[in-house]
Amino acid sequence: MTASPEVAVALRHVSKSYTRGGQAVEVLTDIDFDIQSGDFLALMGPSGSGKSTLLNLIAGIDKPTGGQILVGGTDIATLDEADLADWRAGNVGFIFQFYNLMPVLTGLENVELPLMLTRLNRRERREHAALALEMVGLADRMQHYPNELSGGQQQRVAIARALVTDPTLIVADEPTGDLDRKSAGEILDLLDRLNTELGKTIIMVTHDARAAERAHAIRHLEKGELSSLEINPRATPSHA
Amino acid sequence: MNLTRVPLSYVWRNLLTRKLTTGLTAGGMALVVFVFATVLMLEAGLKQTLTATGLPQNVVVIRKGSQTEVQSGVSRSEAAIIESQPNIALDGAGRLLSSRESVVLISLKKQGSGKPANVVVRGAGEQGLALRPQVQLLAGRQFRPGSSEIIVGRAIADGFDGVQLGASLRFARRDWLVVGIFDAGKTGFNSEIWGDAEQMMQAFRRVNYSALVFQLADSNGYEASRQALEADQRLTTEYKRETRFYADQAQTMATFISILGTVLSVIFSIGAVIGAMITMYAAVANRTGEIGTLRALGYRRSSVMAAFLAESLLLALLGGVMGVVLASFMQFFAVSTMNWQTFAELAFSFTLTPAIVVKSLLFALFMGLLGGFLPAVRAARMQIVDALRAA
Repeated sequence: MTASPEVAVALRHVSKSYTRGGQAVEVLTDIDFDIQSGDFLALMGPSGSGKSTLLNLIAGIDKPTGGQILVGGTDIATLDEADLADWRAGNVGFIFQFYNLMPVLTGLENVELPLMLTRLNRRERREHAALALEMVGLADRMQHYPNELSGGQQQRVAIARALVTDPTLIVADEPTGDLDRKSAGEILDLLDRLNTELGKTIIMVTHDARAAERAHAIRHLEKGELSSLEINPRATPSHA
Repeated sequence: MNLTRVPLSYVWRNLLTRKLTTGLTAGGMALVVFVFATVLMLEAGLKQTLTATGLPQNVVVIRKGSQTEVQSGVSRSEAAIIESQPNIALDGAGRLLSSRESVVLISLKKQGSGKPANVVVRGAGEQGLALRPQVQLLAGRQFRPGSSEIIVGRAIADGFDGVQLGASLRFARRDWLVVGIFDAGKTGFNSEIWGDAEQMMQAFRRVNYSALVFQLADSNGYEASRQALEADQRLTTEYKRETRFYADQAQTMATFISILGTVLSVIFSIGAVIGAMITMYAAVANRTGEIGTLRALGYRRSSVMAAFLAESLLLALLGGVMGVVLASFMQFFAVSTMNWQTFAELAFSFTLTPAIVVKSLLFALFMGLLGGFLPAVRAARMQIVDALRAA
């Protein structure tokens, strides 16, 4: 199975089940769809619908029970633990609901963390991290620790951390779930910019209809099965 | 290979963040390292004292199989035969550098406790002092040959009653006048009383000397001289370089101290290792979300494992340094106790050597490795998705 060059992620007959108390629980059944390069996709659905599991599979932090996940031509389902870790380091940027910053590290050091896995030297790492923080508007907060930052600011540090390695794919799991409306709006603006200005492919899981509105396309999950693609006519190439 | 890609500042600051836990765990390790280092220092001090007591160019002659001077006997005729062998140094006046000595134990009361302890009384020949340049008079003067005068080592003068300068000490049915106090550095002679050999022999009613000490004219010729003397059918004596002789005397006690110390350290270290393990398990449990995040960012299992092992090792190193610093203060204390091989009182001090510092720190790191291993394995084996959910 091959994917055309414009396809960033291709899922082919992906299924995922857990064994709980001797019984197999099917979370995802025969998921089959493509995500175009440069797309901004929202995954929606009720709790337990499997949308986070799907995101985890695409991001390479969980493995499918069956099927193929082709990212840039690589079937990540076949990679072993160490190779998969290296693949994540080079190709995926993560944004979490609760930011997941290291509390003992400053904003700059948090952003530098993924760069420790690259060949960059200390000075280059600092430069890259500072640039990423400038991009999210936190140039004046680099030496602050996470507990000295607001929720919105922490999430912006996390976004800087996600984009600092220049990954093709950015996955966001409820990025606005813990934020007030104003901060959430700012974060969504930032994601918009990553998508339109930097051309990043973004896959976002969300409950929030307002957040989903920013995506180009929305897919609904229901009991482990995918509904058809819904193109968002209101989404604009650049933010309003 | 990316082993510790996790920045060291992350490891270090996590230790600093939980100051109390880190302090208590490192403190526990510090106590164990303190005991470990102290025992090694005791052993080193003992060995150093007894090794420094002798000079390599001096040879001690004792009766075969006697091991110590107190148990030994060398007859006058044997002494004469030995002194006639060619490899003996001469002093400036052309006299043989040889001392026929009589060594007896007497009981004296310790200062403070008043408890009796055995003290070596050495009757030395005229060359006794010339053979031991490390023995220096601190106060008073040398004893006169043929008199009931004695000089007292500093450890005895400081640690026992009735031996100050000018005092009269009664033993062997005679009164002996203390005319001098001597210092012999960190050697066993510091714990002895010296007088004239012939006077001592009379007083103690001995016919034989205990030992003979002579200086080799040619130190390299020791082996040849020893073989020649041992081949002599008239002699029932054995020969050791003075350094070797005194080092052998420390052997039993050094072995005992080292066994006792090792057993104690091992038992205590089990407690410290368990303490470190609890601390590290708690650290892993508290940072489950961070572990998941690191792994998601692309850190391998091995990096996470290395990060937690590094944290445990750093914690142990902290304890190790604290323990060694604590132990280094022990150098200010001297111990005076019975050497069971000679049954005589011996003063020595805790001695910190670079080797002991290295051994102690390695011991601490080993504890850290043991304590940190299982928690680090747990951290490394977590499933990313489960770890992230726990955040």
